[in-house]
Amino acid sequence: MATTTATDVAGTDVAAGPSPSLRRRRSRLARRNALVGWSFILPNFVGFAALTLVPIVVLFYMSMTNWNVFGTANWVGLDNFQRLVGDGSFRIALFNTLYYSVLHIPLTFAVALGLALLLNSKLRGVAFFRTAAFFPYITSIVAIAIVWNLLFSPDYGPINEVLRAFGLENPPGWLTSSDWAMPAVVIVSTWRDMGYYMILFLAGLQTVPRELHEAARMDGANALQRFFNVTMPSLRPTTFFVTVMLTINSFKIFDLILVMTEGGPGQSTLVLSQFIYTKGFEESQFGYASAASVALFFLCITVTVAQFLANKRRSA
Amino acid sequence: MTGLMVPVEDVRGLRKLADSTPPKHRPRAGTPLRRAGRVAGYAVLIIAALGLFTPFIWMVISSLKTSNEVFSVPVTWFPEIFVWNNYVEIWTKSDMLTWIRNTMFLSVVVTFLQVLTGSFAAYGFARIRFPGRDALFLVYIGTIAVPWQSYMIPQFILMSELKVSNTLWSIVLLQAFGAFGVFLMKQYYETIPEELSEAARLDGLSEYGIWRRIMLPLSVPALASLALLTFVNTWNDYLGPLIYLRDPNLWTVQLGLKSFVSNLFDTNYALLFAGLTISVIPIAIIFLVGQKYFVEGLATSGMKG
Repeated sequence: MATTTATDVAGTDVAAGPSPSLRRRRSRLARRNALVGWSFILPNFVGFAALTLVPIVVLFYMSMTNWNVFGTANWVGLDNFQRLVGDGSFRIALFNTLYYSVLHIPLTFAVALGLALLLNSKLRGVAFFRTAAFFPYITSIVAIAIVWNLLFSPDYGPINEVLRAFGLENPPGWLTSSDWAMPAVVIVSTWRDMGYYMILFLAGLQTVPRELHEAARMDGANALQRFFNVTMPSLRPTTFFVTVMLTINSFKIFDLILVMTEGGPGQSTLVLSQFIYTKGFEESQFGYASAASVALFFLCITVTVAQFLANKRRSA
Repeated sequence: MTGLMVPVEDVRGLRKLADSTPPKHRPRAGTPLRRAGRVAGYAVLIIAALGLFTPFIWMVISSLKTSNEVFSVPVTWFPEIFVWNNYVEIWTKSDMLTWIRNTMFLSVVVTFLQVLTGSFAAYGFARIRFPGRDALFLVYIGTIAVPWQSYMIPQFILMSELKVSNTLWSIVLLQAFGAFGVFLMKQYYETIPEELSEAARLDGLSEYGIWRRIMLPLSVPALASLALLTFVNTWNDYLGPLIYLRDPNLWTVQLGLKSFVSNLFDTNYALLFAGLTISVIPIAIIFLVGQKYFVEGLATSGMKG
């Protein structure tokens, strides 16, 4: 961890040889440091612990009870998990979450990186575009979802009208079709997220040493070779970070889907988070919903840790 | 471990990004191939810009149409008469004022608390050495990988026990103590030279004094980033209010607009678009004023959402 840590707080005792009195002073100093340090962290930590850490711990307990709307909870062991394995809706939700991720992660990665490379050039107007591109990312999901819903409407929506103008006789039904609903959601989420990841890539691109590019060009490398042999390796820390964030954010996708499709049509866009929401807040099966939450928790943690290990091995 | 944070060099890259002076050397069009490349670059830029902005433009234009015109075929891109009255009507036909008041209250209180506790804690993490500090910070970082959706149920039970659910305070508690502010501020504090606080210490300033008189003034850009991001985040939040705020008097703009869609059988889409536009305007203003801070803040800690 690259922390520039404080030298001793008092700043006075830059001592060489530890004498007993000095040692006592040091331990007193250490205690004081701990006290001062905690006093800084505490106001935030109290809230953080109560509202994040405690719920995470309680989650595991709840997942092994049949906690319901009356707050009565009996220990049921792994029953909830057994039920999950046999639950068709849960399997659909898990599959849809992965399906969404498989579409969303590579697409967003490619679009964001492509845009970043383009905006890293010296074309006119890039400065404006760089900031404008992440406006979708900071506008509300509700507004975005409603607007896109209407853009996507099969008969009267502008999107299908454009497609028809291009000679497509039977444009997709988008959110009304169980085959096209998920791709439609992916299009919107990619549109929304690309600006954010583009900024991350752009920041990484600023750090690629110019000399490397010059040297590669001298050696006769063409643009494509320079991209794969100079740009990509130098971007490694950024691509890693982007992949980790993209993965976690894909696994937890929820609000966009909730407003756009509510999981439909049928269960074609039902995802894990919505499964948890429905079981918990609509059907008040808090224990069962917690078991599904534990599944989501481990999905995210496992994949993140795996990505870390893979990254470590590659950089070793 | 810091791998999850943006590498320090990237932060420097971001500073460079944020300052928008145009490049000095504009390469003169050279070989035909290069010229073709530039033309293709512009073509892609224009298409991307269209793709990015069309939904917003459509939203604003639709808000000025008559209800029937919104879905007329073919799409009318420019309504013959602008129905400004939609913007008047939305105030009378909905509780827009209540929604905006609630959302504004939440955004301001959450932003204030997040900036205050976040920057305070960040100082402890960045500048004071004590046992257990690094482990604690690791816990903070670890929660990045834990989606809120996975612990929203126990959190809801806890808030219900505390009798704060279905009050605005539940959202304040939910949003104000995130790890987000701590990361962002810690990242920034570590770029401030240690000598400054050292000198202040020799002059007899306490650690709290150093935070207040040295670190806070020097970290205004980071505080601005954090404040803007938190404000926008709270303004836009949908799931938190959806779960906690049952009483229509407590609804936020997002909840209100969503209910507008689902409750009106004869949904007047032009009105809806007027409402959506109103809900986006504060964000657009904040964005225009503070774009530089958004760029730096978003990328420095990659934690929003």
